[in-house]
Amino acid sequence: MSGEIGQLALALALALAFVQALSGLSGARATGERARAIAASAAMGLFVFVGLAFGSLVFAFVTSDFSVLDVEQNSHTLKPLLYKVTGAWGNHEGSMLLWVLVLAIYSAAIALLRRGSERLTSAALGVQGLIAAAFLLFILFTSNPFLRLDPAPFEGAGLNPLLQDPGLAFHPPMLYTGYVGLSATFAYAAAALITGEADGEWARAARPFMLIAWVALTLGITLGSWWAYYVLGWGGYWFWDPVENASLMPWLVATALLHSALATERSGAFRTWTLLLAIGAFSLSLIGTFLVRSGVVTSVHAFANDPERGVFILLLIFLAIGGALSLFAWRAPTLESGAAFHPASRETLLLANNVLLVAAVSVVFVGTIYPILASAMGTRISVGAPYFEILFAPIFVALLVLVPLGPRLSWSKGDLKEALRALWPAGAAALLAALLVLALVFPRTLAGAGAFALAAWLVGASAVDTARRGLRAHVLASALAHAGLGVTLIGIAGTSLWKSEALELLAPGEEVGVGGYSLRFDGVARAIGPNYEANRATIDVMDGNRIIATLHPEKRVYPAEQQEAIETAIRTTGLKDLYVALGDEREGGRWTLRAYVNPCAPLIWFGGGVMALGGIVSLVARLRLRRASAVARREGLVKG
Amino acid sequence: MIVPASAILARAIRALLLAALVGLMLVPSASAMRPPEVLPNAQQEARARALQRELRCVVCQGQSLDESNAPLAADLRRLIRERIQAGHDDQAIEDYLVARYGDFILMKPRFDPATYALWLAPPAMLILAGAIAMSVVIAARRRAGQN
Repeated sequence: MSGEIGQLALALALALAFVQALSGLSGARATGERARAIAASAAMGLFVFVGLAFGSLVFAFVTSDFSVLDVEQNSHTLKPLLYKVTGAWGNHEGSMLLWVLVLAIYSAAIALLRRGSERLTSAALGVQGLIAAAFLLFILFTSNPFLRLDPAPFEGAGLNPLLQDPGLAFHPPMLYTGYVGLSATFAYAAAALITGEADGEWARAARPFMLIAWVALTLGITLGSWWAYYVLGWGGYWFWDPVENASLMPWLVATALLHSALATERSGAFRTWTLLLAIGAFSLSLIGTFLVRSGVVTSVHAFANDPERGVFILLLIFLAIGGALSLFAWRAPTLESGAAFHPASRETLLLANNVLLVAAVSVVFVGTIYPILASAMGTRISVGAPYFEILFAPIFVALLVLVPLGPRLSWSKGDLKEALRALWPAGAAALLAALLVLALVFPRTLAGAGAFALAAWLVGASAVDTARRGLRAHVLASALAHAGLGVTLIGIAGTSLWKSEALELLAPGEEVGVGGYSLRFDGVARAIGPNYEANRATIDVMDGNRIIATLHPEKRVYPAEQQEAIETAIRTTGLKDLYVALGDEREGGRWTLRAYVNPCAPLIWFGGGVMALGGIVSLVARLRLRRASAVARREGLVKG
Repeated sequence: MIVPASAILARAIRALLLAALVGLMLVPSASAMRPPEVLPNAQQEARARALQRELRCVVCQGQSLDESNAPLAADLRRLIRERIQAGHDDQAIEDYLVARYGDFILMKPRFDPATYALWLAPPAMLILAGAIAMSVVIAARRRAGQN
């Protein structure tokens, strides 16, 4: 039954999306009052029906209703309940439905919050309606999750064991909140172009959505990277895989957008550029969706794909980007920004931030797209980590060097000397960090000293900033986000420069040393999980003769899926990880064991969390500010 | 046709020698506590590790040889070590693998006509964006000066 309900709900949602699009856009006219009311109701209706469809799909997964093809292909009765639920979006069809659900939530939020003028809100709803209609068509015609299977089998095929992991269960919703949040920013930008109200207002209206999207992308990427680290078993956390790049590109552009929009909101400066960034950020989200869903790249993430879907999404990208850019070309020339500021000002630093972020995006974009284009022209090349590291690192280092200056320079006209003088404690901290690293850490590397100096510069400057400007929300927000960059940098430098590793063949009772730890292998026992069987090793971490910890890395076999997966064991001190993965059994009862000591590794993700916290602080402050000003307005009315 | 006894004997000895040789290779020596894919010479092992980070597992999903569980990747890791022990330099090993698997195996693409755009587009973008930003700053200063 849930299949039919879902199917019907989707069809009604499609109709409502069209209503929302048409009424929203016609509500952009000054006289479109009734259309505006209809658009807002359609947005609420869209949310209800997409929610109903999504609920039906989750219900079908939880009850293992194998008469639904999507459930049969991606679930199994023995799967733990959590993975039955998350399995609903651990596949192509379900994940596209989740995409539209998040879009509908944003539409409803736009309709409820009504930020910006009525015409602006209405036009934004119209644009959101168009996107929703396109994606619902895509789902109904190429990726319907409610297709039936007759006769229904007794058992399903199961879910890729790699995806049966709590970290990954919440990674897709988080990333989609980010990707799709950029659609709301895009909708406001397009609305501004449509209504011609392209001063700072749209940027102010879109700010909370921008922040939510950025926070969600930051957390989604962090979570994904952490998952890769503990699941894949090689101690790596970022592979420059096309699908990772697909999430990094919108993040970089959204970061540029957050900064550029600050200037636009304040004085209307860079207004055309900010519009372009809003269009670019969502376009990259769509391109990311295309890369993941079309199958042009092979990756763990591309769990289901076929060319027809690729063509559909490609068409959608051309319509969205082409439409937005034509609108931009038509309207933007009338938006002369005419900003006036001195070279030593926050505006200049924001521009530098944007130049470097755009260059960074171009590295990721070219490196991701080039092999695809090359293979279309008959040459197969690979673009791997070394390419990205060579080009990306210098750009990002330049960016990080400049970051602390921005908050210390005033708008319009700042004082560079004064700013540098104020930053002396950060400079001193950087010097101290470099000297300490050179003196205390082996092997000595200049790169390591440089990375720690840069991190100290960032964290120190954040401290200076909060000390000088006080613990106010917007100061704290940027201080946290910038300090988070420094923390992540320490993690990256620590693991890549001072990692120790061991690969050994061990019989029970034998020991292996790695990075100051001594590991004693106590053999392997069989273990039975809910839907897997495992070889479970016992490894004592020794300090002299004392056991300080016992680790149990596993090698699992999932019979339903007929796949193997490894389960790493990690002992973390918060500043250092001991990471152990069980390899295969060799002759004589020996097992291969991979062990790594990754100094500073946890800081990589901790830094991501700190950055996101900065975004959350800014978001909360924004929403409270708005409520405060609304209260003030009401009181003003009463008094007046 | 009658086969001379000496020939039979010779064949038998050859077979025995071969069996012994194979047997020797199969029996792990007492000191081989490490997996066969790790070289005893630390410097050579470091070279092998550096090389396998630069080379792709051609049947995998964008992983390097250094981080792949695929059997082919294990074979290539072994091949790299055999060649290092046989005295080949890194370039020769890389060239050999490129001849066998094409440029696809290089994680870091070469700088040649097919990849000029790949290597040069991002720096060009940086310069272009920088130039535009400069012109914006200059225009903004002029305007600020007029006020």
